Amino acid sequence: MASGPSKLYADDVSLLVVLLDTNPFFWSTFSLQFSEFLSHVLAFLNSILLLNQLNQIVVIATGCSSCSYIYDSSSDSNPGSEFGNMPRLYSNLLQKLEEFVARDEQLLKAGKQGAIASSLLSGSLSMALCYIQRVFRSGPLHPQPRILCIQGSPDGPEQYVAIMNAIFSAQRSTVPIDSCYIGSNNSAFLQQASYITGGIYYRPPQLDGLFQYLSTVFATDLYSRAFLRLPKSVGVDFRASCFCHKQTIDMGYVCSVCLSIFCEPHKKCSTCGSVFGQAQLDVASEASRKRMASDTKWCSGSNDKIGTGIVEVCVKSACRSVVGCFTGFLGM
Amino acid sequence: MNTYAERPTNGEVEEDDDEDEVTGNGRAWERTYAEDRSWESLQEDESGLLRPIDDKAIYHSQYRRRLRALASTAAVSRIQKGLIRYLYVVVDLSKAASETDFRPSRRAVVGKQVEAFIREFFDQNPLSHIGLATIKDGIAYSLTELGGSPESHIKALMGKLECSGDASLQNALELVHGYLNQIPSYGHREVLLLYSALSTCDPGDIMETIQKCKKDKIRCSVIGLAAEMFICKHLCQETGGTYTIALDEAHFKELILEHAPPPPSIAEYATANLIKMGFPQRAAEGSIAICTCHEEAKVGGGYTCPRCKVRVCELPTECRICGLTLISSPHLARSYHHLFPVVPFDEVPPSVQNDPIRRSPSTCFGCQQSLLNPGNKPGLSVTCPKCKQYFCIDCDIYIHESLHNCPGCESFRHSKAE
Ligand SMILES: [Zn+2]
Ligand SMILES: [Zn+2]
Ligand SMILES: [Zn+2]
Ligand SMILES: [Zn+2]
Ligand SMILES: [Zn+2]
Repeated sequence: MASGPSKLYADDVSLLVVLLDTNPFFWSTFSLQFSEFLSHVLAFLNSILLLNQLNQIVVIATGCSSCSYIYDSSSDSNPGSEFGNMPRLYSNLLQKLEEFVARDEQLLKAGKQGAIASSLLSGSLSMALCYIQRVFRSGPLHPQPRILCIQGSPDGPEQYVAIMNAIFSAQRSTVPIDSCYIGSNNSAFLQQASYITGGIYYRPPQLDGLFQYLSTVFATDLYSRAFLRLPKSVGVDFRASCFCHKQTIDMGYVCSVCLSIFCEPHKKCSTCGSVFGQAQLDVASEASRKRMASDTKWCSGSNDKIGTGIVEVCVKSACRSVVGCFTGFLGM
Repeated sequence: MNTYAERPTNGEVEEDDDEDEVTGNGRAWERTYAEDRSWESLQEDESGLLRPIDDKAIYHSQYRRRLRALASTAAVSRIQKGLIRYLYVVVDLSKAASETDFRPSRRAVVGKQVEAFIREFFDQNPLSHIGLATIKDGIAYSLTELGGSPESHIKALMGKLECSGDASLQNALELVHGYLNQIPSYGHREVLLLYSALSTCDPGDIMETIQKCKKDKIRCSVIGLAAEMFICKHLCQETGGTYTIALDEAHFKELILEHAPPPPSIAEYATANLIKMGFPQRAAEGSIAICTCHEEAKVGGGYTCPRCKVRVCELPTECRICGLTLISSPHLARSYHHLFPVVPFDEVPPSVQNDPIRRSPSTCFGCQQSLLNPGNKPGLSVTCPKCKQYFCIDCDIYIHESLHNCPGCESFRHSKAE
C-alpha cells in the first residue's frame, strides 16, 4: 500500500474488494458455466483497473467451507508469468483460484457434511472489512473503498448474526456493500447489506450480458454515482433468522431481555436464561386501544377538549374515531 | 408550597469557593488545554504531514487489559440487561438554568449534552423509547411523547431552551408518571431529571408522589447542576435510581452518558417476556400504496405487515389493523454482538515466532499485512484460540471493538461446527 505523496488520490480513485462465490454446489446446478462467468468477471476487473491508473482491486473467494484472498493488485508486481500472452491479472488470479478451489474441496471432504448450499459470506465479508481498515490506517490519502459481492448461492441463515455484525461495521466506517446476485431468488442478507450501507443491490435479468451489467451498474466510483440513475431498490427483505432452528422468518417471538429471536414460543430463553412470565402474550392488542392522540380532539363522552393526553380510540380500524378522554371515560 | 433544600441557598458563600478554585488552577477553559498538552502527541512524518506519535504498542497493551477485565466480569456475573427501556428526560428550565457557572450557560450545556445523549441512547438501546419534558414557571410541560426517533426529539428540544420561573419536582414527576404508567409491563420505566434549581415549588405533598413512583416501579435518577438536595437524594434512593452532581461540563457529559447503557435488570422491575413481533419487508421504490398511519396514498418506501399485509410508513410501530408489533430486524441485530462476543485473542510470544518448526504465518489473516517488523524481525501478533489464525494488532482491535466477528472462525466451516 505505497501511498507516497507522489500519488494523487482524487475522490474518484477506487479500491474495489470483490467477493467471488465459488460454491461448487451452486455452480454445478446453475445454467451459466463457471468458466463463462469468470470470463465476464475478469473482463470487468480489468476494466476497473483501466478506468484509473490508481484504482486497486482485491479479490476474495467465498467458498463453501473456507475463504481466501486470491488477488491483490497492489502487491501484484512479479512480471512475466509463464502463461505467455495472458495479462498478469488473469494468470495470477486463475492460478490462485485453482489452488483455492482444490483446497476448499479437500476441506469439504474432511468435514464429511455432504452438500452445503450456502457459501461462507460472513467470512469473506469480515476479511474484506479488515483489509479496508488497513487501507484507512495507511494515512489520510487512500482510495475510496467499496465491496462488491458477486453471489449466487442462497443465504446461510446460521451466518445471520455474523453477517449483520459485518454490515453494521461497514456502515460505521461508511463502506458501501454492492451486491450482484445471480441466484434465482433474492438474497435477504445482501438486500439488507446494500440497503443499510447505501450500496446497490441488483439482480441481472439476463446472464449472457453479465459483463455489461457489471460495467454499467457497478463500475462507477462512489463520487460519480451521485450523477447517475442507478437501479432503484426493488424492496428489501428484512426477514431475520431464528436462534433456535436457524430458519428465516418474517414473524417471531423476541425475548424482552436479550432480544433473541425464536420461531416458536419457549418457556425459557436459551440465550440469556430468563424465564418468561406470561408466555407470548400479544401485548399489542391491549396497548393498541390506548393510543396517544397528537392533535386536539373533542371527547365524545364528556365533551371536554382533549389535548395531547391519552384518549381512547375506537378499535375498529375503519372507524378510529375518538371515543372518550379519561375523565369522560371514567364517568360513563 | 413547600421548599426543600438541604442547605440554604447562600449564593455568596458558593461564589467564594469558585473564586479560590479559579486562582489555584487557572481558568476553566485554560485548564482543558493545559492538562491535555495535545501538541505533544504529534510528530511530523517524511512528507511533512502531522501525525500522532506511534504509540501503538502501549495503546494495544492498554486495550488488551481492558478487554480481559471485560471478559472476566462477564464470566463472573452474566448480567441480564433490560433492553427495552422507556425513559423520560426532564430538563429543568427554571431561571436557575440560565446561570453562567457552566459556559455559556447551564441550559446551553444541558441542551448540547442531551442531544449527544439521545443519539448515544438510541445507538445502545435500539428498541427503547425516549420522551422529553421541561419544567418552567413551576409547571411541567411535555415536549415530546415517548418515541423511537432521535431526530424528532432533538428538533423539539432545540427551539425550546428559554428559562423562566421556578422548578417543580412534583409537577414533573406527576406528568411523567402519567405517561410511563401506560407502557407495557415488559418495559423498564425510567426518568432522568437534569436539575439546575436548588429548590422545588410544589402544589402538594411530594412524598406521596415519590411513593407513587416507587409503587409503579419508575426508576428516577437525577443529575444536579448546582448542589446536592435532600429531596432529590430521597427520590433516587426510594426509586432505585442514582443521584449525581456535575462539577463541570466534562463531568456532566460523563454523568449523563452513564445513563445510556442499559441498567442491570432487576427481576421485579420488569418481567421477562416473549413478545410477538413482525419483521416487515420494505416495499420497492416507486410502488404506490395507501398507508394506515396517515391514511393517504404514498409513493415508495413503506413497510408491509407480514400478518395482515397492510402498509405502514415507519418502523418501529404497531400494526393498526392486527396489533402486531412491527420492527425492522436490523434494529434488533445491532445489539447481538453483546450476546455473542468474540473471545479475546492470545498474544503470540516472540519465542514461538522464531521457532522454525512451528513457524507462524508471515501475514495477518484478516488484512494481509506483514506480521514482520522492518528487518524481518517478528512483530507483535495475536492468535485466535478457536481458529488458530494469526492477526496483526490493528485487526485485533478492529475485530473486538467494531467488527465483532473473527474472520478466521467465520472463514472455516470446520471451526464453526465445533
Ligand atoms: Zn426456530
Ligand atoms: Zn433472552
Ligand atoms: Zn398487521
Ligand atoms: Zn491485520
Ligand atoms: Zn477465530
